[in-house]
Amino acid sequence: MLTYIIRRILYAIPIVIGVNLLTAILFFYVNTPDDMARKILGEKNVTPAAIENWKADHGYNLPTFLNTKEESIGKVTQTIFFQKSVPLFWFDFGRSDRNNIDIGNEIKTRMWASLAISVPMFILGIYVDLFIAMMLAYYRGTYLDLWGLIIGVVMMSVSTLFYIIGGQFIFGKVLKLFPISGYDTGLHSIKFLILPVIIGVISSAGAGIRFYRTVFLEEMNKDYIRTARAKGLSEGKVLFKHALKNSMIPILTNVVVSIPFLFYGSLIMETFFAIPGLGNFTIEAIQAQDFAIVRSMVYLGSILYIIGLILTDISYTLVDPRVRFE
Amino acid sequence: MPVILATDLIVFFLIAMAVYFAIGSRKEGTIKTAWHELRKNKLAMLCLAILSVYVALATMDSIRWRDAILEESGKAALTPDGAIIYSPQALSVLDRVFSNIRTNTEKTYSTPLSSRQYSKESVEKPDGTIVRDYPILKYPGTHLFGTDKVGNDVFFIALKGVRTGIVIGAGTTIIIIPFAIFFGVIAGFYGGLIDDIVQYIYTTLSSIPGVLLIVSFMLLFGTSGYQGGLLSELNIRLGFFVPNERLFWLCVILGITSWTDLCRLIRGETLKLRELEYVQAAKAFGVGKLSIISRHIVPNVMHLVLITFVLQFSGLVLAEAVLSYIGIGVGPEMGSWGNMINTARLELSREPVVWWNLLAAFIFMFGLVLPANIFGDAVRDALDPRLRYR
Repeated sequence: MLTYIIRRILYAIPIVIGVNLLTAILFFYVNTPDDMARKILGEKNVTPAAIENWKADHGYNLPTFLNTKEESIGKVTQTIFFQKSVPLFWFDFGRSDRNNIDIGNEIKTRMWASLAISVPMFILGIYVDLFIAMMLAYYRGTYLDLWGLIIGVVMMSVSTLFYIIGGQFIFGKVLKLFPISGYDTGLHSIKFLILPVIIGVISSAGAGIRFYRTVFLEEMNKDYIRTARAKGLSEGKVLFKHALKNSMIPILTNVVVSIPFLFYGSLIMETFFAIPGLGNFTIEAIQAQDFAIVRSMVYLGSILYIIGLILTDISYTLVDPRVRFE
Repeated sequence: MPVILATDLIVFFLIAMAVYFAIGSRKEGTIKTAWHELRKNKLAMLCLAILSVYVALATMDSIRWRDAILEESGKAALTPDGAIIYSPQALSVLDRVFSNIRTNTEKTYSTPLSSRQYSKESVEKPDGTIVRDYPILKYPGTHLFGTDKVGNDVFFIALKGVRTGIVIGAGTTIIIIPFAIFFGVIAGFYGGLIDDIVQYIYTTLSSIPGVLLIVSFMLLFGTSGYQGGLLSELNIRLGFFVPNERLFWLCVILGITSWTDLCRLIRGETLKLRELEYVQAAKAFGVGKLSIISRHIVPNVMHLVLITFVLQFSGLVLAEAVLSYIGIGVGPEMGSWGNMINTARLELSREPVVWWNLLAAFIFMFGLVLPANIFGDAVRDALDPRLRYR
């Protein structure tokens, strides 16, 4: 098992390097530091001296990949790539281009706000989706199932933006049940979190329910289920004890990969509800065109995804003894 | 003088693809069997009809030309060299058909089908007294979805969003199809080092979260270019083809982030096809590798292309709205439902509430995405029921 995990992590290393190289090419080569300086200093009235100054201040006054002026090892280390991208490997994110804030520090503090909204949304979402999907699978072929499916497709076809705007309008503005947006620390944050969590669960329910329902139905057609029924087990027991356990593999593929992403929160939810998490941080950086932050967030997002893939593989081996560690 | 945008080509290609599959449905083969299956499904056929209306609207909005500027005498204005001067505005067939509602603008907000403005103004009565009242509109009762802040007809704006929605939903997949087929097939067919490289590329690309990759690309390339409205000096000089279109770049970038799924599917299918008897037989007869690929492999992965196309469609239309909200979608002058939602959001917090912008965007978007979802499911079930479980 341990060797399997180690091999899986080693396998991820080239991908991490690839992501880092790709972001470096995009952010330093395609979009040169000169472009960056021009965008940040404003398009007009930028003197070449001002650009050089800005680059020197932010450490962009080096060649991109190879410094021919330096001696031996300096050829590689005295470059933008080595100074800015390589430290990402040990999660040293550096400082932002605009306000010179410590990105790593910012990530550490903002992470908690993201988790506060994404964890309840995630857990509640899975429970609601699984519960409804099981109910539909239990009553398969009836009108309840049919209408459940129709409502599912309809819910899938509405943009998240409508759920958020509609929810804020109805619950926040008309009924005044919850504050429209905002955030507080500690237990006071709960009243701000209820609405985004509910909206998040509803907006993803359509796709989730449909997916889990097909997973269950596929299991329900298998021989062992027929055997379980034949030996006189109640339908509920068949569903919860046999079908649910065996449906875990497709469910895990869907679920485990997104666990690391909980740190990241949700771009849209956080901006609409003014929750100071990482998603909000990213959107602010995009709007301010702060490339150092966007680059860090792209890298962080990829790392979380890769961790998610590794976790998925490991969880397979835990739920399905047939999966071998080859 | 005709003007062709880069995304117009996508719409034309979409129609060509529809014709290709329509012809395919007449010949023997998978497409015919699937079509037969599909035709029995009345709901799917209804959805196809609705989708066709949308595509027809998008096509009308993709054929455009610039009019000559007329002098007061009614003759075309000429440059000193004697060439005709054309207006920098390229109007599409849709603009011309709905010319009335396009040009019948009011001063500011008005509710759907109302005859009066939404806000009070000083109005002069026939007897000369001035009172604060809701002024009567210039074109009362004609605005199906009311008018927006500057008095434009909301129904027409939503109608202009149709083309953007169709282009994003269809164009993104159309652009990636050749790449996905090429890389997927060579990876699956040749295996070995090529397979490793292709797999490495798509794993790396897909491990960057889609939204973030789109954001970085858009920040770096996509912020300039033609965004609807008047043509720039540069484009007028370039002639009738407009290659530097922001919407087109958005499609390309969305394509880069979404080609991996199709590529992975095609690779898997090719791996399976490669071992089948008829491919082995072709090999034994000494048929070249390229002809095996073009004759036996590619036609047999086309159903995956079609399935991915219909299944990705609705997600991409929804994604456009989100991207426009973040501010990296299509430009503000290009009609799009995302832009409408974006403005409507602020209008909901004003007093009294302006709700019809949001309603129009909702109806048009829902009217496209719901049939696309239902039709997509039906196509997948007809072509490859096994994929239902993926």
